[in-house]
Amino acid sequence: MIPTHWYFVVSVAMLACGVAGLLLRRNFITVLMSVELILNAANLNFVAFARQLGDLTGQVFPVFVITIAAAEAAIGLGIIVQLARLKATVALDSVKEMRG
Amino acid sequence: MDFLVAHFAQLVFVFLAAVSLAGALGVVLLRQPVHAALSLLASFLGVAGLFVLAHGEFLAAVQVLVYAGGVMVLFLFVIMFVNVRAAHKEQQYLRPLVPGAVVGSLLFAALALGAVWALGGRAGAQPGALTAVEGEQLGNTEAVAWLLYRDYLLPFEVVSVLLLVAMVGAIVLGAKKREGERA
Repeated sequence: MIPTHWYFVVSVAMLACGVAGLLLRRNFITVLMSVELILNAANLNFVAFARQLGDLTGQVFPVFVITIAAAEAAIGLGIIVQLARLKATVALDSVKEMRG
Repeated sequence: MDFLVAHFAQLVFVFLAAVSLAGALGVVLLRQPVHAALSLLASFLGVAGLFVLAHGEFLAAVQVLVYAGGVMVLFLFVIMFVNVRAAHKEQQYLRPLVPGAVVGSLLFAALALGAVWALGGRAGAQPGALTAVEGEQLGNTEAVAWLLYRDYLLPFEVVSVLLLVAMVGAIVLGAKKREGERA
């Protein structure tokens, strides 16, 4: 039997990778990938606790999370396509017009 | 050999966890966006395997179909669309590197310690407990469907509207402006 905290440690490591990617990467596309990693870590937690508690609700909510991740990817990539048209780059620090 | 047989589930778990985490690290560390995307794909497939180990067969299928199928194709399509050959020669990381790396490692250390402290040694419930609906033993997909369409019908409908809004938004964002049309 696999202990629940193994799942949790894997999920936390994935979350940390996602946050590090979010903070470190300069390419807009890889930053979006890091967000997907974070959402995946959350899903892993949901499923691990569904197993731990014997409650299937934890397997229903990842369906919503996956839907929202797909919507977020579609919108984010749409913005990236427009940014690439406008500036011919996808570097995050090239977008400075709205900085206060 | 006896060790292999007795600890088969654990060994599979360690393998899948290694694949997912190597993929996750690749997203952060690989310079080329295409390589990062393929590494993310490996991570998604590893997580799908972990779902199967945790008796989430339906979610594993959804993970492979939606993430590895849909979202990955979208990412790769946009990477191809935006000229990567020019983009990857640029600086790939925001300077300075140290704060981001420190925040990531501290987050991992704190949460992992907390998890082991709070949950250490607890094993999961029996798989049968997960899929019993009103005293009847169902398959995983059927049990998830019961919950989703009976108890969580409203969130399901709301999320479908959200998906529609996102689709319309993506089309509006992606469409080229025609001549003489104002933004």
